[in-house]
Amino acid sequence: MSVSAEQTFSTTTPKELERKPLVLNQRSLGWISDKICSITEGPAPKWWWYAFIPSIMVMTLCFTMIGYLISTGVGVWGLNQPVAWGWAIVNFVFWIGIGHAGTLISAILFLLRQKWRTSINRAAEAMTIFAVMCAGIFPMIHVGRIWYAWWLFPIPNANSIWPQFRSPLLWDVFAVSTYFTVSLLFWYMGLIPDLATIRDRLRLQAVGLTEPLGRFINKAKQYVYGFFSLGWTGSNRHWSNYEKAYLLLAGLSTPLVLSVHSIVSFDFAVSQVPGWHTTIFPPYFVAGAIFSGFGMVLTLLIPLRTLCGLEDVITTRHIELMCKVTLATGSIVGYAYGMEFFIAWYGGNPYELYAFKNRAFGPYWWSYWIMVSCNVISPQLFWSKWCRTTPWFVFIVSIFVNIGMWFERFVIVITSLHRDYLPSSWGYYSPSWVDVLTFVGTFGLFMTLFLLFIRFLPLCAISEIKGVTPQADPHHPLGGAKGGQH
Amino acid sequence: MSQPYAVLAEYETPAAAMEAAAKVRDAGYKRWDVHTPYPVHGMDEAMGLKNSQVGWFTFLGGLTGYTSGMLMIWFMNGYDYQIVVGGKPLFSGFYAFPVCYEMTILLGAFGSLGGMLLFNRLPRLHHPLLKNLRFATVTHDKFFIVIETADTNYTPEGTHKLLSDAGSKHIEMVEE
Repeated sequence: MSVSAEQTFSTTTPKELERKPLVLNQRSLGWISDKICSITEGPAPKWWWYAFIPSIMVMTLCFTMIGYLISTGVGVWGLNQPVAWGWAIVNFVFWIGIGHAGTLISAILFLLRQKWRTSINRAAEAMTIFAVMCAGIFPMIHVGRIWYAWWLFPIPNANSIWPQFRSPLLWDVFAVSTYFTVSLLFWYMGLIPDLATIRDRLRLQAVGLTEPLGRFINKAKQYVYGFFSLGWTGSNRHWSNYEKAYLLLAGLSTPLVLSVHSIVSFDFAVSQVPGWHTTIFPPYFVAGAIFSGFGMVLTLLIPLRTLCGLEDVITTRHIELMCKVTLATGSIVGYAYGMEFFIAWYGGNPYELYAFKNRAFGPYWWSYWIMVSCNVISPQLFWSKWCRTTPWFVFIVSIFVNIGMWFERFVIVITSLHRDYLPSSWGYYSPSWVDVLTFVGTFGLFMTLFLLFIRFLPLCAISEIKGVTPQADPHHPLGGAKGGQH
Repeated sequence: MSQPYAVLAEYETPAAAMEAAAKVRDAGYKRWDVHTPYPVHGMDEAMGLKNSQVGWFTFLGGLTGYTSGMLMIWFMNGYDYQIVVGGKPLFSGFYAFPVCYEMTILLGAFGSLGGMLLFNRLPRLHHPLLKNLRFATVTHDKFFIVIETADTNYTPEGTHKLLSDAGSKHIEMVEE
């Protein structure tokens, strides 16, 4: 069959592929700040109060339980030998893992130039900070005599003895506190231009105000937002340094987020306990952390985008992309579960093999199979486009991811410990009601902080979202460029 | 009061602001700036700005973090109060590394933020521009070019003409 050159190679250039817009309906720059700032202005909507009041009550429960624990002693928990790390450590690893999605979105996706991150990074970073706060509570109250918790820090104790840096538990102190501090710095730096937006809106709103109380409240808010926006004027000389610093912080946060959960996994992997002493732990923990974090981001943002009317900013495409990350990390987690079993057999260590058989078929078999069905099976649904683009369905799957990842930590901590080398001390661990209520209470703390964030700070990164719209591009016709420059 | 600080010209689109910025740059002004609601891609070139130097502060912060971490751990566990644990060496760069790694990042992050604020002379809560109500739309959707009266090239008529020729519909003076 002979084909002429004209037929094989088309001489016309193919039509340029169009990128799907990140902000739908060609919203103007002004619309973006109006929409996002309006959530922080005016009276709080009803749904906010319906969420906030129960959250405060549950948070109070958390602090009551902590007070009871401290005043009575660590015996109010279900811990005992050989399971000396109970729910407290499970919850610690669970919450710290949740945080990882925020930093992945804000730092790693920034370095990879994934522009869709701009719609969700602010809320995800806030989630990180609040999750790390919830996480930090547990090791602190877990030490038993918490008035000695300062021994964790490099301060000499009464006998002039320093902390012991050969212990991974101390590495963990540095990793978690650095993670919290750097996440806070990164979050705050991103907030500076948006706080200035709120400050300037208050200045413009002050013009029409006549009644004294309204004027006073406006003035007070101007003062607070003005103080924290540090006198930002949107100067391009400032933006130049700002963008460089933002890039550097993203570059620093990337190795940080990978190291934090690696170091958390060292708490287990450096020990000699069968089921913990494995080299797969650092990457497996990091993938699991990102998986669980995306689960929580989806759980939070899917209702929020509807309640706040942000469907044009946090679009179905954003949800779909997050589902893809969930699918990828969920598959890595599933692979790690399989590989752990393989190595337990292939490694030829009978204690290791026993620990893993015991996980799946021992007294805690139920927790293992909850973990597998939630973490391995449920994310695989995201191969289907319908599943990824149907918000209510994604929401349900995200809840399963959250449950599954909590059970993963439960399986790792509890099943490895309840059979130690001395069969006479074998036992069955159950949490006490104080364990359960403390954990439930941390959700109250988390939600209280998150709802306050929604109400008082811009939920999405306003200046960054403006930057990814076509009308912000000086080389695009919508940005005022003369025809044909693009 | 009533001392003129700068002339303020408003532009509607990023492209208009960028074209005007290139003209102001070519006219040889030094004490001037473009204010935008978000960082406009290509504005640094239009203004003739050099690459930001914030990275040096990050580097210094990171270096300080790493060395002070190593020194701290060597001093505490290897020198000041030696305790043998599990037959491990009193000091080794390997076990000290995770903590030093975190401290590198911690102080590097403080260096980046601190460097950015230092180069930008922030915080500065009182600025003549922040008193101007028209300028309050800069964080909303407007683009401004500000040329200070202290610039040696500044003349009331010439600068005004330059900015309006560059397409500004609204030009006003900002007072000190």
